Amino acid sequence: MKQQKQNKLVTDLLDSDYKYGFTTDVQTDVIPVGINEEVVRLISAKKNEPQWLLDFRLRAYRKWVTMPLPTWAHLNIPPIDFQNISYYAAPRKHRDDSRQIDPELVDTFNKLGIPLEEQKRLSGMAVDAVMDSTSVKTTYREDLAKLGVIFCSIGEAVQHYPELVRKYLGSVVSYADNFYAALNSAVFSDGSFVYIPKGVRCPMELSTYFRINAMGTGQFERTLIVADDDSYVSYLEGCTAPMRDENQLHAAIVEIVVLDRAEVKYSTVQNWYPGDKNGKGGIYKFVTKRALCQGESSKVFWTQVETGSAITWKYPGCVLKGDNSVGEFYSVAFTNNYQQADTGTKMIHLGKNTRSRIVSKGISAGRSQNAYRGLVKVGKNADGARNFSQCDSLLIGKQCGAHTFPVIDVQNPTAVLEHEASTSKINEDQLFYCNQRGISTEDAVGLIVGGFTKEVLNKLPMEFAVEAQKLLQISLEGSVG
Amino acid sequence: MLLEIKDLHAEIDGKEILRGINLCIGRGEVHAIMGPNGSGKSTLSAVLAGHPAYRVTQGEVIFQGKDLLAISPEDRSREGLFLSFQYPIEIPGVSMVNFMRAAVNEHRKYRQQEPMSATEFLRVMKQKREVVQLDNSLASRSVNEGFSGGEKKRNEIFQMAMLEPSLSILDETDSGLDIDALRIVSEGVNKLKRPDNSTIVITHYQRLLDYIVPDVVHVLYKGRIVRTAGRELVAELEEKGYDWIKQEVGE
Repeated sequence: MKQQKQNKLVTDLLDSDYKYGFTTDVQTDVIPVGINEEVVRLISAKKNEPQWLLDFRLRAYRKWVTMPLPTWAHLNIPPIDFQNISYYAAPRKHRDDSRQIDPELVDTFNKLGIPLEEQKRLSGMAVDAVMDSTSVKTTYREDLAKLGVIFCSIGEAVQHYPELVRKYLGSVVSYADNFYAALNSAVFSDGSFVYIPKGVRCPMELSTYFRINAMGTGQFERTLIVADDDSYVSYLEGCTAPMRDENQLHAAIVEIVVLDRAEVKYSTVQNWYPGDKNGKGGIYKFVTKRALCQGESSKVFWTQVETGSAITWKYPGCVLKGDNSVGEFYSVAFTNNYQQADTGTKMIHLGKNTRSRIVSKGISAGRSQNAYRGLVKVGKNADGARNFSQCDSLLIGKQCGAHTFPVIDVQNPTAVLEHEASTSKINEDQLFYCNQRGISTEDAVGLIVGGFTKEVLNKLPMEFAVEAQKLLQISLEGSVG
Repeated sequence: MLLEIKDLHAEIDGKEILRGINLCIGRGEVHAIMGPNGSGKSTLSAVLAGHPAYRVTQGEVIFQGKDLLAISPEDRSREGLFLSFQYPIEIPGVSMVNFMRAAVNEHRKYRQQEPMSATEFLRVMKQKREVVQLDNSLASRSVNEGFSGGEKKRNEIFQMAMLEPSLSILDETDSGLDIDALRIVSEGVNKLKRPDNSTIVITHYQRLLDYIVPDVVHVLYKGRIVRTAGRELVAELEEKGYDWIKQEVGE
């Protein structure tokens, strides 16, 4: 009786709707399904790429076909038919030189809260809007160009700044890094390119908004950020997709290069379609994100709020190569219904006196499975390396799971590592206590989750923090008891 | 009549605990409910507050003219029913200020009032915490987490002060309190007393009732009220113990 009642509350609360599930009716140029060398050449040709990039893609493709599918994650991944996916989809007439964007696209991004028209642009934030495989529009480019900041789609960067792209592409995440990185390197479509010149503090938040629209396609975006000496940039990434019964594949790469004394903040609010409450549909997300703190005293801060996707496989990492460099990782991963997440970070200490900090907050509800996987590695030359890790899990209901897989590999005796972990559960007594004070069960869960995630949400830029809070609130809607 | 309980039966996990409670409480009255361990005192308070683990099998409860048992636990609170928990629950990560602000604003929304502004809220919070001598670190502390036994009970009375209920049920508020904390808590309760609000004090012992003086005293035994009298009953129980009651009801 008691059990039933609680389960009912849990299911009621977890029944929420995904409000970005609409599709846009635009003419889309989609290439036939399947992958082979011809497809790789076709993508490269469609993007009018130079030979060196085609060669890069082909090397990656040839590597990919030899690689086995990774199976080590705590995920139950249904077989993916890589020959039944289209590897390129682009809305037609997307990026006219006359700056005319298809009104349907403008409308789509408006619905998502991302106005693209000049007069309505978000203040203090430059946005690169990416639909399916292509960048639709980048706002504020001219203003940024005055400072020498380059912010454009990676496709454009290849055309206009080929030396920069060639120098850094694949320098942090090699095409042979892992199965999905190889696949991405072979077929990557669009994404953003950012270059902050020496000594420049980028005056506004740079943001890329990814939207999957077309059916039966995969999204393979690639982002490359280079922060030159003494520069600073804060970069945001958001994503949504329509509700569809089939699963869609998303395999992205983000590479960040941070030179001497530069600082990069990378924040993600990931809200790909998670599938319905019975686990049908949703995005499979296999992402490789890594920052290379190449310069001395360079800093990288990863902050992620992961609420979407049916499957999340993602470990944003930092290679702390420069002496005194700093890497921090703050994560909230929320899973509900049948979602599965295996996420965490890698902190690779190579330079002297390098410091890293990991704060991971996993929230599992419904029948979801949520795993933290982390690696802290201290190389033999990394004298004085320090790491602090904190992994907390919060369980809502009785049918979900939380797992932690921390790995530590220390090869230098001067390293100091600390690890804290906790698992808690929202229990009936806490909810009743809140109820007795006039707070509904749903609001009580919101309060508890809000308290649990506060430390991470506080790291997000202001506008984003509000959005993330709302997103968590929506994800919790219909969530516990 | 503020509260009217008629022939209330309730069970938990199929075991009947309340076996026909009848009780009437008028506005402005203080009632003490005493009784030996396991007589159903805490069950009665949990059932009145709507704890989901208990099932009412028979009877009715009218609170301010409404069918209390048909109302959700949060709406019972918003209607003016307050329970001071015997074991206050810890909610890590949720600060007292956020918790109380959510509660107060839910109450206001229920009465179709605008939410209280942050400044006004902090002013009221300061005034109310002083009733039970809690210092200003209260606001930022997580709900009951790391509170001493005495602080937890004072925190309950602080919340009662914030919500201004028409009926407060104090479930063994004296348990685990030393004599100073007992005095602070009781004085707090007395300061909150108004002619139109009522209190049910659930306790084993006389000592709390030396501070919070009841108008009516009930003895609960095996799920029924077996004796009701004036405050003189407290002294009699203290002197003779509960065995005397047990004998009276024929055991």
